Amino acid sequence: MKRMNIDTHIQTVKKQEDTVANKSVWSDNRFWQRTAAWVTGFASILLIWLTFDTSAQIEMGTDADLKNGVTKRVPGPTVINYKITYEMDAKRGHEIPVIGEKESFFGRDDWSEDEARGMLHIGKLGSQAKNCMDCHTILGNGAYYAPDLTKAWLDPAWGPDGAMQALTGKNTKEEAMAEFLVHPDQYPTHARMMPDLGITEEEAKGLVVFLKHLSSIDTNGFPRNFGRIQGAVNGK
Amino acid sequence: MASNHLTSESKQLATWYFTFAATLFGAQLLFGLVAAIQYVMPGFLYGILDFSIARILHINALVVWMVFAMFGSVYWLLPDETGIETIGIKVGKLLFWVFAAAIVVVVLVYLFVQVGPADETTIWFITEGREYIEAPRWADWGIVVVALGFVANLFLTGMKGKQSGIVTVLMADMIAFAGLYLAGMFFTDNITVDQYWWWWVIHLWVEATWEVFVGAIAAYGLITMIGAHRKVVEMWLWIEVSMLFGSGILGMGHHYFWIGTPEYWWEIGALFSALEPLPLVAMFIHVLYDWGKTQGAQEERGDDTSVINNKPAFTWFVLNAFGNFLGAGIWGFFHTLPQVNLYTHGTQFTSAHGHLAFFGAYATILVGMMYIAVQGTNGIKVMKNTKASIWAVSMITGGVMGMTVALTIAGYVQVLVSRAQMGATWAGYFDGQSGAWFAQGMDWRLIMGVVTFLGFIMLAKDLLTTGKNPVHER
Repeated sequence: MKRMNIDTHIQTVKKQEDTVANKSVWSDNRFWQRTAAWVTGFASILLIWLTFDTSAQIEMGTDADLKNGVTKRVPGPTVINYKITYEMDAKRGHEIPVIGEKESFFGRDDWSEDEARGMLHIGKLGSQAKNCMDCHTILGNGAYYAPDLTKAWLDPAWGPDGAMQALTGKNTKEEAMAEFLVHPDQYPTHARMMPDLGITEEEAKGLVVFLKHLSSIDTNGFPRNFGRIQGAVNGK
Repeated sequence: MASNHLTSESKQLATWYFTFAATLFGAQLLFGLVAAIQYVMPGFLYGILDFSIARILHINALVVWMVFAMFGSVYWLLPDETGIETIGIKVGKLLFWVFAAAIVVVVLVYLFVQVGPADETTIWFITEGREYIEAPRWADWGIVVVALGFVANLFLTGMKGKQSGIVTVLMADMIAFAGLYLAGMFFTDNITVDQYWWWWVIHLWVEATWEVFVGAIAAYGLITMIGAHRKVVEMWLWIEVSMLFGSGILGMGHHYFWIGTPEYWWEIGALFSALEPLPLVAMFIHVLYDWGKTQGAQEERGDDTSVINNKPAFTWFVLNAFGNFLGAGIWGFFHTLPQVNLYTHGTQFTSAHGHLAFFGAYATILVGMMYIAVQGTNGIKVMKNTKASIWAVSMITGGVMGMTVALTIAGYVQVLVSRAQMGATWAGYFDGQSGAWFAQGMDWRLIMGVVTFLGFIMLAKDLLTTGKNPVHER
């Protein structure tokens, strides 16, 4: 701003001050302008401060954390070596993911941190490259044309009693999921079918890693009652 | 537009932005119809233009036409507010073509390439796959350059010319609006971190900076269309800015309930987002109050004619005041508390809110600005409603309200069956989707979508022809 402009501005402001001197502050534009600046500044600073706190809490954990039983809101990628369940926590009053004993995943339960991180990287990239969130929701965000994927890894449909292992001819959850992702159009479950997105076997494996890791994230109890009700409901 | 009355190049450029925006508005509705048909007939265009692609185009066209119309609105009002021609208008014109060309390329890639392999090249050249901001990274940088040019024009003009409260608010608001886009331009393997920053773009746009933009545009509209008193209007504007940013910035907490972020966001999000409707009530009262005040003053002088010099635009502005409050305020508040949101998050309920809020808060006022541009371009003193303008506003509003009600009912089924009863599993999801109320909701949404689209055709016809209509006072 040029010097002259500032001077003129100050003069105008002074003139305004004179004329509003006897009037209430509540009808003074400059009072509200300052209020707007202070309120916005204060809210922004609070948000930035909370962002620092939250960022520390949502940093991805490590393999050492998992081995030492350190609970992280977003566990490390080697969580794929463990069994994950979703259980009611009496203290917190909602369900939380529980990381349990070792579990075989694509034939192994000793995926190294680098291997797991690499597969998760492909899976997360794949989830974006295939526009997953424009049909599905992930953490409840996305489109509503297909089921939420937040806890898809824990969905009874993919478990030993579910239909999907038999349908895809696979013996494990992860293999059934990967097979479905590579050839979704060959396994129609409903009139609304997932299209063939050209997912390769390596990408499918990455996506299953992504989904298993996703199910281990502490989402404050969302979704509620996941997978609790199985079988018949209302006689159906 | 050969025979136009515009002497300002800035306003000329604004009409380009409005024209492109209106075209994209049509595209948005068209792809929305494709997606709506797919809910009713899942086989429709399966494997050719799948739901995901139709939806990307539906929501990206929405965001982009609004951004175009917002840029257009600023270029339109700048000469009026600052009293000078916009500085750097040549660069502005060049950037318009860069922006428009980039959008066309992005759309063609969405349509014909659709998806890519799971590597960085897809993120850079095909899609980023992040809802609303799917545009590939190269386009992100293009958008940053265009936005910087736009903000530079606004700042240089705003600092050299007269400094009105409206321009001051717009300067602060637009730099935040442009800057926030940067928060959506990185890749991380951590989905929680991804979503955390993604909301900085989406939420701080539509529930903070865009709302403040609407406040500024409404202020400009009240001054130009009904001759409202600038001091009163600008005082309200500052109050609105305080309330919008005071509630909206921390209201972001309502997106942090379930994405892996700490539990304290429940309280912060619940409190501040519950306050978010308040400024929208204030804005509604403000528009009606100023209208009544200026009309009353005129009647006191013994003149019974309307104070409004642009009937169709003012209709859309009043609709904005009400629609913002209803769509963003009421429909937003319905499901903003964590106790409710636990069950409604990620259902058609959100979609119902999204439709009415984007329409009520943004589409309305931007269409209003298009009418103001038609008035200015054709040198009309008092612009009147035509049959087409009345049909357009009635059909579009009725259509969007109809879609909202239909989606709300479908959302209830989803909340009760898929969520509360069945616990959100795959089986639960499809149980909800096959419910009779849900299916009928989707049928009605499609019907109302068609009504909206027909209304858009009337709107396009009116915007293109009303300027030459002899009914207006010149």
